[in-house]
Amino acid sequence: MREMTVEQATDMMLHVCDAIIGQKQYLAEVDSRIGDGDHGAGMAGGMEKAKAALEAKRPFPDINTIFRTMGMEMIGSMGGASGVIFGSMFMGGACDVPSAQILDSDILAKMMRASLDAVKHRGKAQLGDKTMVDALEPAVLALERQACAELEESLKAAALAAEEGVEKTKDYVAKFGRAKFLGERTLGYEDAGAVSVRVIFQTMKEYAEVQ
Amino acid sequence: MKKIINEDTSKAVDEMLSGMLAAYGRYYERIGNCNAYRYKNFRREKVTLVIGGGSGHEPLFGGFVGKGLADAVACGNVFASPNPNLIFETAKSVNQGKGILFLYGNYEGDNLNFDMAGELCEFENIQTATVRVWDDCTSAPKERETDRRGIAGNVFIIKTAGAACDEGLPLKEVVRIAEKARDNVRSAGLAVSSGSLPGNEKPTFELGEDEIEFGVGIHGEPGVERSKMQPAHALVEKMYEQLKKELQLTKKDEVAVLVNGLGATPLFELNIVYHELNKLLKEDGVAVYDAEVKTYCTSMEMGGFSISIYKLDEELKKYYSAECFSPFYARGVID
Repeated sequence: MREMTVEQATDMMLHVCDAIIGQKQYLAEVDSRIGDGDHGAGMAGGMEKAKAALEAKRPFPDINTIFRTMGMEMIGSMGGASGVIFGSMFMGGACDVPSAQILDSDILAKMMRASLDAVKHRGKAQLGDKTMVDALEPAVLALERQACAELEESLKAAALAAEEGVEKTKDYVAKFGRAKFLGERTLGYEDAGAVSVRVIFQTMKEYAEVQ
Repeated sequence: MKKIINEDTSKAVDEMLSGMLAAYGRYYERIGNCNAYRYKNFRREKVTLVIGGGSGHEPLFGGFVGKGLADAVACGNVFASPNPNLIFETAKSVNQGKGILFLYGNYEGDNLNFDMAGELCEFENIQTATVRVWDDCTSAPKERETDRRGIAGNVFIIKTAGAACDEGLPLKEVVRIAEKARDNVRSAGLAVSSGSLPGNEKPTFELGEDEIEFGVGIHGEPGVERSKMQPAHALVEKMYEQLKKELQLTKKDEVAVLVNGLGATPLFELNIVYHELNKLLKEDGVAVYDAEVKTYCTSMEMGGFSISIYKLDEELKKYYSAECFSPFYARGVID
């Protein structure tokens, strides 16, 4: 598909909510290996709120409001570092880009670039610090490279880049979050936040493919 | 995991607080429908003290709301910091226009959320200041002190900061005293078994029957060293040596000491820990001004303990010995 309507984008993000909720135990397990195991419950809880808000408030006036609604629900309910970071990811993209009536590769790339900036501003993490940035940044770069392609293509590239980013987190020593106390012992394990980013892009890609 | 909770685990924190506030409603009132509450007789016309953090460490943090202690607490989900709106509402509910001190453990999540709450307060012209507690000296080397985690040492720092607020000091001065307390408290802990989160199917980490882990965090963050189980005196000696070095304890120093259970370890064993610790302190000629052996800072049902040592001078002693009371903690009331 080339682009999405606001309604389609709402459906896509509802799928994202369901996907994260469905991966709750898995995310908890990934997090338990080097963190404290709360990432699954935190993300699933935030996505439950986001889902409820999307369902209650649709139809939305523009694409931005979908993301802003999700971000606000996540910041306002989750707590933890992931609440602010993932909330900022959705809010940043929505607030710093002009109102969009359709979602195409170009708009998505611009939004996700703004998201990445917001996340880095808040969390101060850089590529290689073993955080969600390691999946988000390559996904954003992939989106930017595919800004003229069909949405389905750019999402495919972003999902692949996010997945590769997750794999790379195994080679990084954690610099943030509770995993940082482990130092070198974090080698060989993937970062739970990066896995969540992978699930988000993977689900968006799958939705675009089916449409 | 066997836990005495209800089917919908997402309501566990809310139900825990409802029970606690129903039982201790004489002292506390909930802030709106939030997972937050304040001491009914919170400070008026003074700097107020707001604490908070993830749930699952009971009686921290909320048990340290009370007379001479914190004015209000924001309670996050299990092991997750409260969100910015929740902290903001908590702060607003005890705002006296004299400034608010945010005092909490040094974790990325808490730092991000309290900072955002501070920004929300700023929009409404509520002045805030922040002191982060980083007493766990096993969690990072001294050169990276600001990477260290906050654990049971929170108790001493909340106590001291509360007494400074009671004095009616300006915010800047309360911050100075809270930081001074923070810089004189060090802790170290070890686990003999893992805790688990409500709703998670597995414990946070695995430890063999005969294994212990030194330096485990209160969210189950793996520690610095895994070893075979040893007798109490050997465990205590190892921890004491590290704390002594950190605080540069010498003869005639005066300290307050807390032996803290992590959740599943009985008072029986904690007293044996103090028996050993007391001997070591005596040998070194360190004077114990006050000692406490209790379970204050837990990690759900984690087994193990931590030792916190608070090096006192005359100023800190004054604040430490001031009266305070909550249903979970009291000092200086009866001599």
